[in-house]
Amino acid sequence: MPVVAQVLRSEWTKIRSVRSTVWTLGIAVVVTVALGALVSALVERDYHGLSPHDQLTFDPTFTSFAGTGLGQLAMIVFGVLVVSNEYSTGMIRTSLAAVPQRGLFLFGKLTVATLLALVVSMATSFITFFVGQALLGAHGAHLGDPGVLRAVVGGGLYMTLITVFAMGVAAMLRSPLLSLGVLMPFFFLVSNILVNVPATRKAGDYLPDQAGQKIMQVVTVDNTAPYGPWGGFAIMALWVVAAVAAGYLLLRRRDA
Amino acid sequence: MIELEGLTKYYGEKLAVDNLTFTVRPGVVTGFLGPNGSGKSTTMRMVLDLDNPSAGSVRIDGRHYRELVDPLRSVGALLDASAVHGGRSAYNHLLCLAQSNGIPRARVAEVLDMVGLSSVARKRSKGFSLGMGQRLGIAAALLGDPRILMFDEPVNGLDPEGIHWIRNLMRDLAAQGRTVFVSSHLMAEMALTAEHLVVIGQGRLLADTSMAEFIARNSRSFVRLRSPEPERLRDVLHAAGHPAAVGPDGGIEVEGVQAARLGELAAEHRITLHELSPQRASLEEAFMRLTAEAVEYHAHGQRRPGAAAGAAQAAPGAGSEGGPVPEGTAGGGWGQDWRKKGG
Repeated sequence: MPVVAQVLRSEWTKIRSVRSTVWTLGIAVVVTVALGALVSALVERDYHGLSPHDQLTFDPTFTSFAGTGLGQLAMIVFGVLVVSNEYSTGMIRTSLAAVPQRGLFLFGKLTVATLLALVVSMATSFITFFVGQALLGAHGAHLGDPGVLRAVVGGGLYMTLITVFAMGVAAMLRSPLLSLGVLMPFFFLVSNILVNVPATRKAGDYLPDQAGQKIMQVVTVDNTAPYGPWGGFAIMALWVVAAVAAGYLLLRRRDA
Repeated sequence: MIELEGLTKYYGEKLAVDNLTFTVRPGVVTGFLGPNGSGKSTTMRMVLDLDNPSAGSVRIDGRHYRELVDPLRSVGALLDASAVHGGRSAYNHLLCLAQSNGIPRARVAEVLDMVGLSSVARKRSKGFSLGMGQRLGIAAALLGDPRILMFDEPVNGLDPEGIHWIRNLMRDLAAQGRTVFVSSHLMAEMALTAEHLVVIGQGRLLADTSMAEFIARNSRSFVRLRSPEPERLRDVLHAAGHPAAVGPDGGIEVEGVQAARLGELAAEHRITLHELSPQRASLEEAFMRLTAEAVEYHAHGQRRPGAAAGAAQAAPGAGSEGGPVPEGTAGGGWGQDWRKKGG
């Protein structure tokens, strides 16, 4: 399909030729790694002050991913801007005149942005892990330990999926401000509150980020959710598919 | 060739484009004229399949826009020059469009040169002036070397030199046998560039005629006379073989006779004249009258026979005729009706 290759090439040019790409992805890497390193260093220093229970259930891998919660917000900004920039600038009309097949346009864009997010997320996840474990010293985990490689790869996949979810929501809402206004508070506050309040805990376990984050945990004794790491990842993937499908259907129906 | 058939667009309850049927032919510049908000841009967006028509269809050389392979190679359009990502350089903006349609990279530099933006090709377009942005939009339209070109208000924001350039560009493109469809709300601008004219008002087709025909019909010149003895004056004019009409303000209007001859005629019969003035209805007036009628039409929702007053007031001195355009005279029919009343 030469047309598909053309659209992918075009979308790659679009994504690499605006500064927001470098900024958002750069901030995601720096925040995730730096915060993970900071928390790992602090935990290493205070390890002997932890209660026996906390020491027994200590998850060095998940500890090094402490920056994910904040770093994912930068990935969300990246995902939102990739899609909603088309609308906020009016470029969408030029783009759709060039590629009138809505599906080809949207999936071309999402494919390129997702691949880029995947590369950046994977690199971030491995860097975060190795930096965190180095700072944890004797308490750190090794990539060969059971479940650790899955958690580190999962960290990269989690960051990627959260980005695609943001792209789907932006395709639905079109406005960057509205999309960020919905996604940022949700993932930064609302989801954490829902999952920590006993009354909403059960429902909170099925939110995309809460379910998806399970894949980054190696020690799961405190985990009350009725699904495993890949089960949680599948739940998150369903959310992503739903958001992208809704974005696509709206794009097909709407006037540009 | 662009063929519109029964093209209709509702935004909610509001009718934006009302059953438009016309054809834009190759080899000439076709002007698309209408006041602001008359549905020109909506129509153009439907041609590009950006907006879905509520009814009717558009064919590009017989095919629907979405069926075109590499559409930029068939149709180039400038709809809204500000519709670019300001953070992207002019070169990269054109490059991503070229790549999406399999247009070679060398063509990007070529069109940048054509529109005179080579020196700022690597600059981000958010720093561009209105005129430079317009040139970038035109470069994008020319990118695929298309047979059909569509420009929405292309002279907006251009300096006189830029306007001159655009006019020549459009004429050259048409002379190469391409289809050139250009919208404007300025009749004077169209009179300089377009050979064919499509006029819409309130989304409805008001005229589909050649520019020469439109000018011949509408730039009517006549002499207005005013006298305390209008009946006697009219008898004298009639006897001399000059048919006279009564204008909207009560003045007597005579076509095809020099003012000097009419003055002499009045003097011969010792008729006092209070006014003897040559008049010329401008194209702009004719256009305003035409579209004002469409506006009035919608305001009342139905045709009021003899509701000429409102229309005539819109263009004083434009002539005695000026009843509303009857329904069902869209297309060539409008012209015939005009001739009947004008003659």
